[in-house]
Amino acid sequence: MNERARLLLELADDELVVGWRDSEWTGIAPTLEEDVAFSSIAQNEIGHARAAYELAARELDTTADALAFDRAPGEYLCTPLVQLRLLDWARAIARRYLYEQLDRARIETLKRSDDPEIAALAAKIDREEAYHRIHAELWAERLRGEPRFEQALEELRPYVDAERGATPAFAELWNEMTSVRRSAPGAEW
Amino acid sequence: MIFEVFRQEKKGQAFQHAGSVDAPDAAFAEAWAREQFGRRGESEALWLVAREAVHEVHDFPDEFDLKYRRVDGYSLKVRLKEARERAGTTPARAG
Repeated sequence: MNERARLLLELADDELVVGWRDSEWTGIAPTLEEDVAFSSIAQNEIGHARAAYELAARELDTTADALAFDRAPGEYLCTPLVQLRLLDWARAIARRYLYEQLDRARIETLKRSDDPEIAALAAKIDREEAYHRIHAELWAERLRGEPRFEQALEELRPYVDAERGATPAFAELWNEMTSVRRSAPGAEW
Repeated sequence: MIFEVFRQEKKGQAFQHAGSVDAPDAAFAEAWAREQFGRRGESEALWLVAREAVHEVHDFPDEFDLKYRRVDGYSLKVRLKEARERAGTTPARAG
């Protein structure tokens, strides 16, 4: 796989998996307003994943769906940070905050890419991410100094720089994520 | 704090009450309202108004049933026709 496809898959896998994980909060977020916002942001992330998979699919002569759902668990390139199942709000929001920082640095770099398609995709993503960052920063500011939040940041920070690729947390997620598609090979939705 | 949300669907249109968000401050209200009332491209703009800032007015007594101040039952069409006849003008357009 060339460098361009790898870059796109890293981005797409991160966005798909973080969107999937954050969607686990739909219906159970701390307030109704946050529930709607968190779910909406998760859907945006999955939209970014789709756009990046589509670019990668052209490069690799396949389809976005095949890249998202037909690869073996070991082939995914997402950061371990997004793979964790976090059903505790302090940790979920700490991950969101750390993820937005990681994503911001990446998007800034991609926006300056010599590859016009990648630069354009990054600029497009960034227009939505600006509001994701505001949301994450509002929460971080509000929870700053709260022991549970601080502890969650400390616990999750090492995952930011951890090596990309499937961790044990990914196995169950992969199973869930790909089960529908595996149940009907070749089906298109 | 409760923020009342008013939504403008298209440029130039009047803002209409769309709902409310319960938020700790205006910044959270904005972040939440943006997702709740804007994620489907259904809004051109939003107004967020703290509920305390709304000056409500209730109770409009009409003890003496002054029907003549209401417009229902007052046929403008007939009045207009009569006025035109008096003035000797005809409507610019039919209907």
